[in-house]
Amino acid sequence: MNRTMNRTLSVKIIALTVWGLLLFSPFLFQDVRQVEVAARIAVFIVLVASYDLLIGYTGIVSFAHTMFFGFGAYGVAIALKQIGPGWGAWTLGTLSGVAVSIVVAILIGLLSLRVKAIFFAMITLAAASVALVLASQLSQFTGGEDGMIYSAPDLLKPSTKLLTDAEGDVLRIFDVRMNGKIAAYYFVFITCALMFWAMLRIVGSPLGTVLKAIRENEGRAEGIGYRVVAYRTAVFVIAATTAALAGAVYATWLRYTGPDTTLSFAIMIDILLMVVIGGMGTMWGAVIGATLMVLAQYYLRDLMEVASRATEAIPLLPELLSPDRWLLWLGIIFILLVYFFPAGIAGTIIRGRTK
Amino acid sequence: MSLLSIRNMDVSIGQYAVLHGLTLDVPEGGVFVLLGRNGAGKTTTLRSIMGLWDRPAGSVTFRGEDISSLHTSDIARKGIAFVPENMGIFGGLTVAENMVLATANGKFDPARLKRVYALFPALEQFWNKQAWSLSGGQKQMLAVARAIIEPRDLILIDEPTKGLAPTIIHGMGEAFKDISQSTTILLVEQNFAFAKSLGRDMAVIDDGQVVHTGSMADFAADTALQDRLLSLSMEEGA
Repeated sequence: MNRTMNRTLSVKIIALTVWGLLLFSPFLFQDVRQVEVAARIAVFIVLVASYDLLIGYTGIVSFAHTMFFGFGAYGVAIALKQIGPGWGAWTLGTLSGVAVSIVVAILIGLLSLRVKAIFFAMITLAAASVALVLASQLSQFTGGEDGMIYSAPDLLKPSTKLLTDAEGDVLRIFDVRMNGKIAAYYFVFITCALMFWAMLRIVGSPLGTVLKAIRENEGRAEGIGYRVVAYRTAVFVIAATTAALAGAVYATWLRYTGPDTTLSFAIMIDILLMVVIGGMGTMWGAVIGATLMVLAQYYLRDLMEVASRATEAIPLLPELLSPDRWLLWLGIIFILLVYFFPAGIAGTIIRGRTK
Repeated sequence: MSLLSIRNMDVSIGQYAVLHGLTLDVPEGGVFVLLGRNGAGKTTTLRSIMGLWDRPAGSVTFRGEDISSLHTSDIARKGIAFVPENMGIFGGLTVAENMVLATANGKFDPARLKRVYALFPALEQFWNKQAWSLSGGQKQMLAVARAIIEPRDLILIDEPTKGLAPTIIHGMGEAFKDISQSTTILLVEQNFAFAKSLGRDMAVIDDGQVVHTGSMADFAADTALQDRLLSLSMEEGA
């Protein structure tokens, strides 16, 4: 038991270290791209954790998670574009996105959570496809394939002077400008940290235990008094709401929303990979999975370019390590991770290696 | 009035009629034992009470209320706990989590938890262990403990001694005696010696129907009747 607790503790320490790095990333990594990566990691931790509530904790396979992410993002984007960049519009857009997500999640849940898992997965896939097509077709509202560019509320605009010095210039703390960009980053960080904390509370509560019981055996859960369809619908709604909120936050950070940034199936696949890499049914694994995957997406090409140059003298190797082949190497890394960490990184560390 | 009444219950599984016109009254208090040969319909009766078959014909009333059309989870919330033959525990969860699942609001009543620990000390010892790693006897203890961690009016227990060592069976019997002081137990059992030591009332099911009801003391004394109704199971379980 002590060994398991120690292993769990080590996973928590890794995940908390990631959160710690995210907390200070504007000060640690002052490059714009690095802060961009940090914000994306924070948003994807929430997105992956909320998806893990479904697939890892309750055993629900859904392909509609990016649809809910998109509802939140498009809610904020449409409101900020149509009404103007204010907190009132932002709140209205966020609430609209969340409301649509809740309604759609309840409808899908009640209509289809009684059916077998594979049919439910297909229904969510169909719903996600419809949302993607609608976003492209309703171009007068959504900007179609091109998406929408809009302004964030004043506080979060890069030109906003958050703190000023005696001359009225933007104050620098540890050489970091205290402007709207840093406010936007901490807006993303704080909202994502709060959502992650809320999900930790859910899985640590009796509700989390019921979800795990449903995942293990629905019939037994029914037999001791739990309405499985009600619980599955409830967790589907919770996950959808969280994804919509994450979408709203991401749209605020990017100041751009389009099918590629929110609704695409490529993002859905990324989320699935992140859950598998981190470990299903371990909230902390979402932190590890999202971090590794986003870092790989942003830096694997750079790393391969360096490796390709360093091996110029060796035949064939520079070709193999060409940055253009980064997806191939990402696939190889993924296969190796699944082989060496069959329950995901966090899952395998916690449960210990079994051969 | 009986605590539980079953009237004219018909249950078919696929093309096989398992119960036909089964009628049974379970009085309140003590242990009521259901005996019968293999395949007679004992387990099907318990599962039908819990609503685990789709709409069986006939009626099941519990404390005068018809529960035959209720959902399984609603039947469980009426105060009926079911300990199935496979124990029905969640192996991937800890003992503590299995127990929390059986509570009404996720919190333990300290007095009840103390009673569980007193009846099954092994559970306290392995409280944070994954349930799959428990021994067969400990799993059975967990399954029964889960049924009594909240006040219940009726506990349905299906073949609790199957595959257990004699010392564990003895301990289980003592626990059932204690539990039956406050809760009615409907016990399906093949081990006649075990059933005899616990039962106050009993019924024998054969070919999907109740063929005998009465007191366990009378039935235990009538070897000819036992031989006629239970010849196969007597040989196996006695």
